[in-house]
Amino acid sequence: MGEFLKTAKGLARLLLGAGRDLAPIVVVIAFFQIVVIQQPFPNLSQILIGTILVVLGLAFFVRGLEMGLFPLGEAMAQAFAKKGSVLWLMAFAFALGFGTTVAEPALIAVAAEAAKTVAEGGLIARDEETLGHYAYGLRMTVALSVGLAIVIGVLRIIKGWPIQYVIIAGYMGVVILTFFAPPEIVGIAYDSGGVTTSTITVPLVTALGVGLATSIRGRNPMTDGFGLIAFASLTPMMFVMVYGMVY
Amino acid sequence: MLELLHHIAMTAWATVFDVAPIAAILVFFQAAVIRRVPPNPSRIAIGFLYVLIGLTLFLVGLQTALFPLGETMAQQLTDPEFIGGDALKGIVNWKDYAWVYAFAAAIGFATTVAEPSLIAVALKAEQISGGAINAWGLRIAVAIGVAVGVSLGAYREVSGTPLHWYIIAGYVVVIIQTLWASKFIIALAYDSGGVTTSTVTVPVVTALGLGLASTIPGRSPLLDGFGLIAFASLFPIMAVLAYANIADWVQARKRKRDQETDQAGDKETSL
Repeated sequence: MGEFLKTAKGLARLLLGAGRDLAPIVVVIAFFQIVVIQQPFPNLSQILIGTILVVLGLAFFVRGLEMGLFPLGEAMAQAFAKKGSVLWLMAFAFALGFGTTVAEPALIAVAAEAAKTVAEGGLIARDEETLGHYAYGLRMTVALSVGLAIVIGVLRIIKGWPIQYVIIAGYMGVVILTFFAPPEIVGIAYDSGGVTTSTITVPLVTALGVGLATSIRGRNPMTDGFGLIAFASLTPMMFVMVYGMVY
Repeated sequence: MLELLHHIAMTAWATVFDVAPIAAILVFFQAAVIRRVPPNPSRIAIGFLYVLIGLTLFLVGLQTALFPLGETMAQQLTDPEFIGGDALKGIVNWKDYAWVYAFAAAIGFATTVAEPSLIAVALKAEQISGGAINAWGLRIAVAIGVAVGVSLGAYREVSGTPLHWYIIAGYVVVIIQTLWASKFIIALAYDSGGVTTSTVTVPVVTALGLGLASTIPGRSPLLDGFGLIAFASLFPIMAVLAYANIADWVQARKRKRDQETDQAGDKETSL
């Protein structure tokens, strides 16, 4: 705890920041509960305890980011850049994308939901085994697509391609696939782009991109360092639609 | 109290389980490929521990306080009893759903401001840009984007219009904005689409979508409940690009005015 409580001032600053971050939710919920729905709060004490936990949690998270996730991501990016082995860097990029997505709870939930939707649409049988198989395949597809996205993103940083061309090409891919994919899968595919990037993946991947762009000569961390997350939310949309077409 | 401690312990266990594959990958590449200990290993380890503690408390807090309330609210607001008007007769009139759009916008904004992934990216952007990008300003821009997106997504769900036309139109707008935006902001703007929909936003927004799809006559929660997340991850891109477009425009105008006053000043001194 020493590092965390280094100064009471620092702790107060973190807690204040977290309180400020949470204030809008409290205001919105209070307003709709009291003014619009016109009902008293159920379990006010529970809500208070929960809110305090959220504020504490945010403060710890932000401190942990600055101490652990950011420095580690950047140190690794620099070490890879110094080592100069593109192959190992690509392997790392793929592993990071695939490994962080495959176990993502939000993705597991969405995949199960997607299997039910597709069964409802009559595209696959409705028994337990087919559903499970479909959901598992979908999860692997999305994880693979995120791994590939980070690889392409890292390659872009190394080569210095302008991001907009790659993204616009991706948009075109999404639009074209939309007209060929079964309609039942389109909504899920569009949503899957948003759910793949978890709270621990984002800081690590961002630090990786920025660290690489800082260590490679001629790259700017601002124009080249960001963009990995953008790829990671675009490829799943395409891969899920392809999965829906092929399966 | 005991129940709460049990909840915290269970969530902590689940979080450790989620982080385990990432930690394994990091340790493997660190040990087998880089073969060097990163600087300040103990500090990094403590940082990871803080992230775990932080996420655990954050999730438990959300689950005990905010999610149940947000979900009940989404259900109550989409209930035909509450909406009144034509909804009671089983007819969907999009104008009856004004409170739903307002709630969608407000909750989209509020959950985005509290989104830890977005905090991370905004901090990094502020640090790299040397303060030219203000972390708080960026987060507000993104939150406004999510607010507009979720609200429009709710309208789409009520009106039953096809999702893909909205998304395609959004892509066209993003491409046009990209042509005008400064190179500095483009990558960050694209990233801000993906980071907004995470721990806080997804559960609440999904509850809203499912609430709408299950109460509107003739909709199936399975087939029509999706799509709000897509809106929530597309509109922040537009919002951040618009923020940059406007900032550029204001700065260009200011520069022009400064130049004019400079010239005027020159004339005065020469006189």
